[in-house]
Amino acid sequence: MSILHTVNKSPFERNTLMDCLARAKDGAAVLLIEDGVYGALAGTQASDAIAKRGAIKFYALGPDLDARGLAEKPLIDGITLIDYSGFVDLAEAHNPVQSWL
Amino acid sequence: MDDFEDDEFDGPVKKFLFLNRKAPYGTIYALEGLEVVLITAAFDQDVSMVFADDGVFQIKKDQETSGINMKNFSPTYRALEGYEVEKVYAEKESLEARGLSEDDLVIPVEVLSAAELAELMDTQDVIVSF
Amino acid sequence: MKFGILVNEGPFTHQASDSAYHFTKAALEKGHEIVRVFFYHDGVNNANKLSEPQSDDRNLVGMWSALAEEHGVELIVCVAAALRRGIKDELLAAGFTISGLGQLVEAGIIGDRLITFGD
Repeated sequence: MSILHTVNKSPFERNTLMDCLARAKDGAAVLLIEDGVYGALAGTQASDAIAKRGAIKFYALGPDLDARGLAEKPLIDGITLIDYSGFVDLAEAHNPVQSWL
Repeated sequence: MDDFEDDEFDGPVKKFLFLNRKAPYGTIYALEGLEVVLITAAFDQDVSMVFADDGVFQIKKDQETSGINMKNFSPTYRALEGYEVEKVYAEKESLEARGLSEDDLVIPVEVLSAAELAELMDTQDVIVSF
Repeated sequence: MKFGILVNEGPFTHQASDSAYHFTKAALEKGHEIVRVFFYHDGVNNANKLSEPQSDDRNLVGMWSALAEEHGVELIVCVAAALRRGIKDELLAAGFTISGLGQLVEAGIIGDRLITFGD
């Protein structure tokens, strides 16, 4: 069973997303929550880091995108939007769960 | 309380990985994280401890905290062995990025690469990261 | 499935406790079991019954208490972290209990997953 990584920091302020990706294996899942969802946006200085890791499955928490006024903004190709129920499903499907705080 | 502890020691042994990523003193996470590691070892679990990212600064030698009037808890890492926490690692890339080598560290560690850390994480039942 | 939840931040400075609450609620609604919610670091401030958010804001302390009341979720506050921060028995909101760090380790042992929310 592969790992679920969560990232809750903006890639424009912290290295957390890069720290996560440096240790995330192909086949793992990465979920962006809280300020981490800024990393899901297409066309930013940070987009490439996710865009070039096609063998990792990326998810972003919709309620956190909505709260930040990002509901209509395009996301990086391949990112799946989920809600808290989907977060629970991901945590059930993966083990262990590593929160990159 | 004795019954409770007996129950614990009869329970399953899980693989716990403590991934320490924060520098000491600036925030409390390193100190309170260390407290969790020591308790977990007392539960006879299979404990691994990794210092990565700014966490490698936790085990820098020569910490002298009298000038900031905070408790220097770096000697406590030397007690890990007494708690039978023997799997202690530091990540090579994190050390190098911060200009540190094994000689700078207060305890002996096994140095592992980011790729090896990824493999180690994959084999765990529980990862707690402070 | 059995989930253990670790909350490392208080109810206002960071979103961590909100996220943990929404995850916990969603897990319960899906029929999962929450083994325990363990409050550590500044997370112990989630138990402070003297907390008074403005009337148009959510009240996380009360929301956690309600979850304990409705679903029997165990809310454990770390004793060492709580003492440092002045959180004592007489300050605890309904449903919270002060106990040792061993309760966190036990949640990791008996739970199928341990999910951390923090900063």
